[in-house]
Amino acid sequence: MLKIKDLRVSVEDTEILKGVNLEIKPGEVHAIMGPNGSGKSTLGFVLAGKDDYEVTSGSIEYMGQDLLELDPDERAREGIFLGFQYPVEIPGVSNSNFLKMIINSIRKARGQEELDALQMLKLLKEKIAALSMDVSMLKRSLNDGFSGGEKKRNEILQMAVLEPKLAVLDETDSGLDIDALKVVSDGVNSMRSSDRGFLVITHYQRLLNYIVPDYVHVLIDGKIVKSGDKSLALELEERGYDWIKPEGSTVPA
Amino acid sequence: MSDSMQTLEQHTKSEYKYGWTSDIEMDMIPKGLNEEVVKMISAKKNEPEWLLNWRLEAFEIWKQMKEPDWAKLNINPIDYQDIIYYAAPKKQKKLNSLDEADPELIKTFERLGIPLQEQKVMAGVAVDAVIDSVSVTTTFKKKLGELGIIFCSFSEAVQEHPELVREYIGSVVPRNDNYFAALNSAVFSDGSFCYIPKGVRCPMELSTYFRINAANTGQFERTLIVAEDDSYVSYLEGCTAPMRDENQLHAAVVEIYAKDRAFVKYSTVQNWYPGDKDGKGGVYNFVTKRGLCAGYQSRISWTQVETGSAITWKYPSCVLKGDHSKGEFYSIAVTNNHQQADTGTKMIHLGKNTKSTIISKGISAGFSHNTYRGLVKIGKKATNAHNFSECDSLLMGDRCGAHTFPYIEIENQTAKVEHEATTSKIGADQLFYCTQRGLSDEDAINLIVNGYCKEVFNELPMEFAVEAQKLLEISLEGSVG
Repeated sequence: MLKIKDLRVSVEDTEILKGVNLEIKPGEVHAIMGPNGSGKSTLGFVLAGKDDYEVTSGSIEYMGQDLLELDPDERAREGIFLGFQYPVEIPGVSNSNFLKMIINSIRKARGQEELDALQMLKLLKEKIAALSMDVSMLKRSLNDGFSGGEKKRNEILQMAVLEPKLAVLDETDSGLDIDALKVVSDGVNSMRSSDRGFLVITHYQRLLNYIVPDYVHVLIDGKIVKSGDKSLALELEERGYDWIKPEGSTVPA
Repeated sequence: MSDSMQTLEQHTKSEYKYGWTSDIEMDMIPKGLNEEVVKMISAKKNEPEWLLNWRLEAFEIWKQMKEPDWAKLNINPIDYQDIIYYAAPKKQKKLNSLDEADPELIKTFERLGIPLQEQKVMAGVAVDAVIDSVSVTTTFKKKLGELGIIFCSFSEAVQEHPELVREYIGSVVPRNDNYFAALNSAVFSDGSFCYIPKGVRCPMELSTYFRINAANTGQFERTLIVAEDDSYVSYLEGCTAPMRDENQLHAAVVEIYAKDRAFVKYSTVQNWYPGDKDGKGGVYNFVTKRGLCAGYQSRISWTQVETGSAITWKYPSCVLKGDHSKGEFYSIAVTNNHQQADTGTKMIHLGKNTKSTIISKGISAGFSHNTYRGLVKIGKKATNAHNFSECDSLLMGDRCGAHTFPYIEIENQTAKVEHEATTSKIGADQLFYCTQRGLSDEDAINLIVNGYCKEVFNELPMEFAVEAQKLLEISLEGSVG
């Protein structure tokens, strides 16, 4: 469903991704690991179509189309979801209102009928309960004043209601205590299916104990330097990134 | 320029949607301003001598005054002799029902979305529609009359309740208050009058739609609201204006007089023609609005949504004279393209234990400039006065400006004055977050802006809030995509 070929990306004239190749098939869970500053988040933003991330060469094919031709909202409607490392606060916009808007926007794009208020409430309550969240968060402003853990759960809630085809989760584990981590992971695992792909970006192996990946890739200095199965993550946990670093790499450990 | 910047720019480059001229026969007097014109206006309205004299004195005062020195506004000189000071739809004999009204006029109302007929009953809104200076229809008067509430055009009030008009006119905004108040006092054409008797709670929202409709005609509306002890009224004012090339001067005066424990809530949605994308044309909106909390526990609340006019110069104010009285100001001011707005409020604390709240939200887009200017004054005798001010500015794009000038004068040491101010850019991150969830750029911007303005929308009566939200969307929308 996703084919990234020799992708090079610059931000303000600094090259961040220096030739990334990656293929994800439906049903697969891929993990991207790597030290800080290696380009992990950049990869997520480029897939979602964020401004200021300039693709200088290479291609991204998604479900048979050229992903780079699509605007961020079009990509979202085509089923790409990015769980943000730092979810954005929007004061004055209630969480429930936001959820309603995005759900109906995506449903419309899929040719489904929009949900009415009752159906919406039922859906939200169900998903909220599954994530051990409090219903009162629906009334609060979107991410405004949310704790780190609440924000991350809210991201997973959005993913759960939007039912994307490809979910990119950027450091969803950062800032979570062990209980929250478990809840969030359960949320993700319950959505694993044969027609949905995941790209899980993480700094630590810990998350991968809960969300067990099919493939693990190590991104260092803008390139995938090693790929393997879940055992690679364990090895990294034990040995760090140094042993794997290419000669002359400037990235800090 | 980044993509999100372009998006914002496209989004904010839309045209005024309410521009048209309706073909109603006008009764005009020649251009220019002199004593004769003042007399002519008064005569046309069949006014008593005291009012004519009041106008003539105002005219003398005005002649002695100088135009204000525009602090943060860039204004083409106004030629006061090039303005028509009176235009009214030609008078026909009194109408018994709307069916007898000029069909063109009704069409205009319908295009404005004014629900003049059955809808009003359902919405519970009584509308006194002012089209170019003269009230054409006043509704619900009977129903209100049973409660002793007077709600009519200013001219009508002069004829039927001269003693009330005479007692209160100029009592809150004196003729010599400022240049435009003096001008208005000399040449005001019509407006609305509202009187709520003692202990009466007005059961419906009162609203007036103002509309400028004759080319080159300045509008000089005058509104007077008097609330007796223990009364309550919520008053709505909303307006749109047709497209014009010449600048149109609008200098209205609104006076509110609230007695013991009276509560007056005054809401405005202003959407006059702002000029085109290049800054040509548009209404000059120089308004004096002031409320006097004259009694114990009087309360006056101003809420405004300002999206129109080329230039807005407006400071709805409260004079908190009565002990324990309360003044409130909630404002959203949107400027786009080449619009300029200099708006804010004055809270003058004179009585003991008086309290005021100011919430101001400015939104600037395009090349526009948006200024908040507010004065909080605590007088010597105003023991335990309390003010809270919050002034936020939101910038869309990087060629617009936001300015905040809070003036604070404190003569009593027991005062507690709090001021918060923020300026933020509509975040590229917020926009990206929303579009990543599948919202279009346009929906995303509307969502963010509406969220930003929520505190003020909450103060508006329900049906007005919906209208105001729509207006905000229209003001900022463009051809995205």
